[in-house]
Amino acid sequence: MARPVLLDCSGVWKVYGPNPTAFMKKFNDTPGDADLAEHGMIGAVRGASVQIGQGEIFVIMGLSGSGKSTLVRCLSRLVEPTAGSINFEGTDLLKMTDDELIQVRRKKMGMVFQHFALLPHLTVLQNAAFPLEVQGVDRATREARAMEMVEIVGLKGREGYYPRQLSGGQQQRVGIARSLVTEPDLWFLDEPFSALDPLIRREMQDEFLRLQSMLHKTIVFITHDFDEAIRLADRIAVMKDGRIEQTATPEELMTNPATPYVAEFTRHVPRSKVVRLRSIMSPGVTDAEVAGDLPGHLTVADAIDQIDGAPYPFRVVDENGVPLGTVDAEAAINVMVGRSG
Amino acid sequence: MSQQDHAAGTAPPDRAVQAWISGLLSGPRLFWIGLFVVTWALSTWSFALYKALDARWIIRFPSAYELGLEDWISSFVSWLSDDLSFGLFTFRDVTRFLSALIEWPYDIVRSLLIDGFAVGQGQQAVEILPPLSWLAIIAIVVAIARYAKDWTLAALAGGCFAYLAIFGQWESAMVTLASVLIAVPIGVAGGLALGILAYRSAAFEGAIRPVLDLMQTVPVFAYLVPILVLFGFGPVSALIATVIYAMPPMVRITTVALQSVPEEVIEAGRMVGCRRGQLMRKVLIPTAMPSLMVGVNQVIMLTLNMVIIASMIGAGGLGFDVLSALRRLDIGGGIEAGVAIVVMAIALDRLSQAFAEQRLRPRPDPSLPIYRRYPIATVTLAIVVATTLAGLSVSGFRAYPASMTITTGTIWASGIEWINVNLFDAIDAVKTFLLTWLLLPVRQFFNGIPWAWGVIVTGLAAGRVGGWTLGLMAAAMMLFIAASGLWAKAMTTIYLTSVSVFLASLIGIPLGIWAGQNARANKVIGAIIDTLQTLPSFVYLIPVVMLFRVGDFSALIAVVLYALAPAVRYAALGIRTIDPELIEAGKVTGCTPRQLLWRVKLPLAAPSLLLGLNQTIMLALSMLVITALVGTRDLGQEVYIALTKADVGQGIVAGLSVAFLAIIADRVVNALARSSRERLGLK
Repeated sequence: MARPVLLDCSGVWKVYGPNPTAFMKKFNDTPGDADLAEHGMIGAVRGASVQIGQGEIFVIMGLSGSGKSTLVRCLSRLVEPTAGSINFEGTDLLKMTDDELIQVRRKKMGMVFQHFALLPHLTVLQNAAFPLEVQGVDRATREARAMEMVEIVGLKGREGYYPRQLSGGQQQRVGIARSLVTEPDLWFLDEPFSALDPLIRREMQDEFLRLQSMLHKTIVFITHDFDEAIRLADRIAVMKDGRIEQTATPEELMTNPATPYVAEFTRHVPRSKVVRLRSIMSPGVTDAEVAGDLPGHLTVADAIDQIDGAPYPFRVVDENGVPLGTVDAEAAINVMVGRSG
Repeated sequence: MSQQDHAAGTAPPDRAVQAWISGLLSGPRLFWIGLFVVTWALSTWSFALYKALDARWIIRFPSAYELGLEDWISSFVSWLSDDLSFGLFTFRDVTRFLSALIEWPYDIVRSLLIDGFAVGQGQQAVEILPPLSWLAIIAIVVAIARYAKDWTLAALAGGCFAYLAIFGQWESAMVTLASVLIAVPIGVAGGLALGILAYRSAAFEGAIRPVLDLMQTVPVFAYLVPILVLFGFGPVSALIATVIYAMPPMVRITTVALQSVPEEVIEAGRMVGCRRGQLMRKVLIPTAMPSLMVGVNQVIMLTLNMVIIASMIGAGGLGFDVLSALRRLDIGGGIEAGVAIVVMAIALDRLSQAFAEQRLRPRPDPSLPIYRRYPIATVTLAIVVATTLAGLSVSGFRAYPASMTITTGTIWASGIEWINVNLFDAIDAVKTFLLTWLLLPVRQFFNGIPWAWGVIVTGLAAGRVGGWTLGLMAAAMMLFIAASGLWAKAMTTIYLTSVSVFLASLIGIPLGIWAGQNARANKVIGAIIDTLQTLPSFVYLIPVVMLFRVGDFSALIAVVLYALAPAVRYAALGIRTIDPELIEAGKVTGCTPRQLLWRVKLPLAAPSLLLGLNQTIMLALSMLVITALVGTRDLGQEVYIALTKADVGQGIVAGLSVAFLAIIADRVVNALARSSRERLGLK
C-alpha cells in the first residue's frame, strides 16, 4: 500500500513531572523506563513513531492508560509533546506559531470526542455550524453548510433540537457533523463510540464506514476495543504503557504478532474475521470452472456463506477485477474452524 | 451504679462500667477528656487563683503588652484621607472620583424610579420627565417574570410589587431597589472579571483566595467603618460596601464554574480553531452559564441583604424604615417594613432563580414584524409609556394614591401586644429555663477560661485535628485577640455562637434527617428553609425584639433561626446521597429502621453533617455581629460601637477578631470533615 504520507510523527514523547524538557535533554530524548522511574517522571507517550497515509483509516488501539489519547492529542497539538517531531503535509506542526496552528485546525483538522463535547446552549444546527462561526463565516452560508452535514449524518428534521434532547448516538452524529463541516483533510476520532450501547455502537461503525466510503478522509481513530479496531482499520498501532508495540494491518497482527502482549489480544479473536481471501487463495490463474468472482480484501467470515454454498471454488480478484487466484470451500472452512491448513 | 452493687459484685454491669472507663481513658478519647477537665478546672477556679497568687495577668491580658493596633490603623486611615497626595491629585480626590462614578448611574436610576428628571436646582427645578409610574414598574416586573418562566411566576412577582404599593411601602422599596439595580451589575461584572482572571492564572487565584476568605468572614459592620470614613455618610458609601460584600461569591463561583467545564469541550473549542477570547466568550462562559446564574442569584440576595444593613451608613429605603422603627420601638411600623423586605426578597429570589433554571427556547420566526415576535414586550412598553405620560397630569398614575394605601401597622402592633399580654408567662418560662440551664452555665465556663490557657487549648485542639501548622495558626490568632484586649468579648462571642450552633443543630439535624427520608416532609421543610434563607439577616431581629426584648436570649433566637438552614439542608443531603446499595445491604442484613438510621445512614452522612456544621457556625457568627443591635456584649458590639463612633481602628481590629474565630472554626471543622470522608473512603 503505497499511499503518500500525510502525517508523519517520529520519536514523540510526552513526559509528565518536574521540568520534563531538561529531563529529556539529559537522556538525549531516549530515557529508559528505569530513568523515568528514578526521576519520578511519568512517560505517557514514549518514543512513538507513526506514518499515516493519505486516505487511510489508522487505528490506535490500547487499554486505558496506554497513552493512546495522549498520543492523539500530541498529533493535534492539544497537548504539547515533550520531544519528537510531527510533520503534517510537509510542515513541522511543532514549530508552528499559535496563529498558524489555529489556521491549520480551522481548515485542515476535525476531531470527534468520546463524550461528544457538544455546546449545550446551541442547537444541533448551531453546533454543526460552530467551526464556521468561529472563522467568521456569515450566518446564512454557515447554516447552509451545516444543514448539508446534518443531513449527511441523518439528523434532518432534528436541526432545531438541543443536545440534551438527543440520545447518545444522535449526539455523536452531531459531533461528527461538526467535525466534518470544514471539510478537513485529517479527521481525528477519539474513542467516538465508546460511550454508546453495544447495538448503537455497531450501527455507528457502519455509519462511519459509509461516510468514509463517500468522503475518503485520512483518519486517526482511537479505540480500546480490539473488535472495533479490526473491523474498521486499514492499519492498527497497538499501544501499551506509552509505547507502540506493533503497527500492522489487522491480518498481520493476527498471523504475526510482534510481542506476547499483541498475541494476547489476538488470541480470542476468530481468525476468520481478519483473514482475507487474498491470504488463503491458491495463487495463479486457472481455467477450471468457478462459481464466481470475490474481491480479495473480503474477510473469510464475510465470504463463507457464498463459498460454502457453491459447487465450485471462487475466483479471487483485486480492486480492478484482475484475477489473482482461487479459493475453495476447504481452505475457507479451515480458517473458520481454526484448523491449520 | 451504686456502691452496694459494686460491693455485691454483680459481674456483668460491673465489667461493662470498667470497659467503659478503660475505653474513655485509652487512646484518642483521653486527650479530649483531659483537655476538657483541665479547661473546666481552670475556668472554675481562675478567679480564686488570681486572688490567691495576686496575679491579675491570669484573668486579664497585661495592658502594658497590648498591641495598640487600633490607634495605628486609625492614624493610617486619617493620613490616607487627609494627607496622602500623589502629586497631581490627593487620595481624597480619588475617593471623590470613585464616589462620582457610582453616584451618577445611581442618580439616574433613582430619578427613573422615584424622583423624575428635572432641570435646574432646588426651587427653580423644572421637571422634564416624570418617574416611571408605579403601574409601569409592576408591568415590567410581570413581563420579566413571564419571560423568565411562566404566568404563575408573573403573578407572584406582580403580586409582590403590588403589595409594596398598596401597603404604602412603595417609595422606600424603590430606594432599596435603586441600590440593588446599581450594585448587582457592578458586583456581577466585577466578580466575573476577577473570576476569569483567577481561572486563567493560578498565581492570581492563589493571591485572591485568602482575600476572599477574609472578606467573607470579616463581619459586615467592620468594613462599613473605613468606608464611612473614606467616602462619608450616604448612598454611595452604602453601595460600595454592598458591592464589596456581594462580590466574593461571584468570583468563587465563576472560577469553579469555568474549571468544571469538561476538558473535552475545551478541546473541541481549540480544535475548531478558537482564539483565546473566542474560547472564553463562545465556549467556556456559555457552557458554564447555569452555574454562573446561580452566582448571579447569590449576588442579588447578598446585595439586598447588605443594602438593608447599609441603611446604617445612609442607604435609606426599607432598611432605614426598619432601623428607625426599632429605635422608636414602633412595633407596627417595623413589622410592616420588615414584611416589605421579605416580599421584595422573595420576588427578587424567585425571579433570578427562574433565570438560572431557564431552558433555551427556539428563536421567534424572524419573518414576523417585531411587535408580533415579541408581543409581551410590546404591550409592556405601551403600558410603560402610557402610564408614565399620564403621570404628568394625573398624580394617581405617578405615585400610588395615598388615600388608597392600607396600613397594617396597628394590627401588627395589637397582635404583638396580645401575645405579650397573654403569652408572657409561657414565653418567660422558656426564656428563664434556657437562661438558667444553658446560657448562664456555658457563659460562665467560657468567661472563666484564663486567656493564656485559652490560647494554648485552642492550639492543642486545632493541632490535634488538623496538624501542627493549623494548631500554631489557631494559637497565634487567639493570642492576637487576647493581645488586642478583646478576650472577654471574644469569649462572649464564642459562648453565644456555641449555644446557638448547638440549638440549631439540635433542631436542624433531626429535621434534615426526616426530610432526607421522607419525600413529602422534604417538600414542606425544603420550602420553609428556602424562604428562611432568602430573608435578609436584618429581618430576623424584628419579631425577636418585639417578643423577647433586648439581650442575649433575643440574640440567641435570631441567630438560631438564621443559622438553621444549612444544618437541615446538609443533613438531608447527606442522608439522600447515601449509596442505595448500602441501604439495601443493611436491610438484607435485617436492620430495623432505627438500626438502619443509627448504624448505616448516620455514619455515612457524617461528612455531610460536618459540612453543615461548618456552614451553621459561619452563619451564626455573621448573624451574631448583627445582633449587636439588640444589645449583646460581644465582639459584634465592639464593631457596632466603632461604627457609631466612626473609629476605624477599633472596628477593624474587632472585625479581624471575629474573622479569626471564623477562620479557626472553619479550618478545624473542615479538617474533621476531610478525615471522616477519608475514613469512609469517599472522595
